[in-house]
Order: sequence, then C-alpha cells, then structure tokens
Amino acid sequence: MASTIRVRATSSGETTEVQALIQHPMDSGFIKDSKGELIPPHFIQQLTFEYNGKPVFTADWGGGVSKDPYVKFAFKGGKKGDELKVSWVDNKGATDTTTAKIQ
Amino acid sequence: MTNTDNGFSATRRLILQGAGAVALVGLGSSFGNLPFGLTRAFAAANDKYPEEAFKQKSEADAIKSLYGKTAEASDKVKMDAPEIAENGAVVPVSVTTTLADVTSISFLVAENPVALVASYKIPAGTMPNVANRIKMAKTSNVIVVVEAGGKLYSATKEVKVTVGGCGG
Repeated sequence: MASTIRVRATSSGETTEVQALIQHPMDSGFIKDSKGELIPPHFIQQLTFEYNGKPVFTADWGGGVSKDPYVKFAFKGGKKGDELKVSWVDNKGATDTTTAKIQ
Repeated sequence: MTNTDNGFSATRRLILQGAGAVALVGLGSSFGNLPFGLTRAFAAANDKYPEEAFKQKSEADAIKSLYGKTAEASDKVKMDAPEIAENGAVVPVSVTTTLADVTSISFLVAENPVALVASYKIPAGTMPNVANRIKMAKTSNVIVVVEAGGKLYSATKEVKVTVGGCGG
C-alpha cells in the first residue's frame, strides 16, 4: 500500500527544510453529511519527525487542521542522504510511518 | 456530599478551578480527581497528546490548559495569514519569530468550535518557523502563541472567511 505521507526534505548545508503532505480526511466532528448526520471525528492527533533517532519536530493536531494536512518546518543539521523518519497516529489509533532521504 | 468540612470543600473548589471542567462537579470523591488535575497542569511539559486543551471552546481556556499561563502580545511574533480566505476549509497560516529559545508554537482560531488547532513542539536545533493549513468556521481572529524561554508571546490577526470550513 502506498504511504499516506509524502515528505520532501532538502538540505542547504546548514539547515534542512522539511515539507510534508499527508492524506487524511481530518474530520472535525462538527460537519454534517448530506443526510444531515454528523460525521464522527477522525483526525491525526500526533505527527512526529525524527532524525538520528531524535525528534526534530512534533505536531499535536486537532480537528481544525485542514483535510490532507500540510506542514513545513526546518531544523539545523541534517546531511544529504540521511534518513528522516515521519510517523502519525490518529484519534482512532491508526498509524502510518515512512522514511525520506534528505536531498 | 456535604460542605460541612471547610478544608475539604476549599480543596475541592481549587481542584475544580484548576481543572476547569464542570463535568467533574457531579463525581463523588474529589480525592480521585486530585492527581488528574495535577497531571493536567503539567501536560505541556511532556510528550503526551494534550487532550483537554483540544476540548476547550475559547482560546484563553485552551492556552491556559496547554501552558498553564497567559500570553502577551509581541511584535517579535510574525504571522502570515490571508486578509480574506475564500475557502475556510483551507487557510494557509505560517509564523516566524526572532525570539530565542523557542520550545513550542501553537495555532488557535477564536471562533472555531474548538479553539486550538495545532500545537508544535520545537526542540533545540529546530527553527521557530512553521507553516500549515487550518480550517476556519467563520471570520475570526487567528492567534499564534510562541513559547520562548518559558514565557508566552502571541500575535493575532483577523481573517475574513467567505465560505466556512467547519460546517458553519
């Protein structure tokens, strides 16, 4: 199965810029479907980026984050060819993990 | 439950204030709630998902639940958000700051059903710059809170929404 996570990590030498796009409905629990029934909440709660076994960025998300969430950040260090591990867990306990090579 | 024991009821009131949860009033023993209230006060210090902060309706309560203190406005926190968002379901918001020792950055929308949208932990070595996309139910203030050197700094900007993104 294809990963839900798309990551691009680009090193400029000193810093590494990371952009991630995740496929997820991010249902807040406040929106009604066409029958007028509330769509139950279903959203990513935590998203973690690890480099060299250490977290470089952690996101705690609520239902207010847009569908198919996007996030961008940067950290010092990070060598080209090294791996960045990305993983998420949602409010139903589903998870996904991927690793991306720093370019 | 009676309120004859003054010491007991004072403790109980304190716990309830700290927890900020009306739902606890009806529960029998306040002793059972004590550790709960304490853990919540320090929730921001560990890696646990801040469940309670994501239940608060107002931005002030969410900030208090998340950090246990209030934020002061600072021009060192720069927020980039559109003046008008045509689609409230996808509003790009980013923040940069010149503050040192940033440990966390949070995004809140005052008029959303749940004010807190996202909270990011910034370990040492990670830049205090974050961009993401958030939902807005209607025209509202967007608030960014930056925790730096143990203090909270914020920036606020009103974003006008023409089509709501939270079923509004």
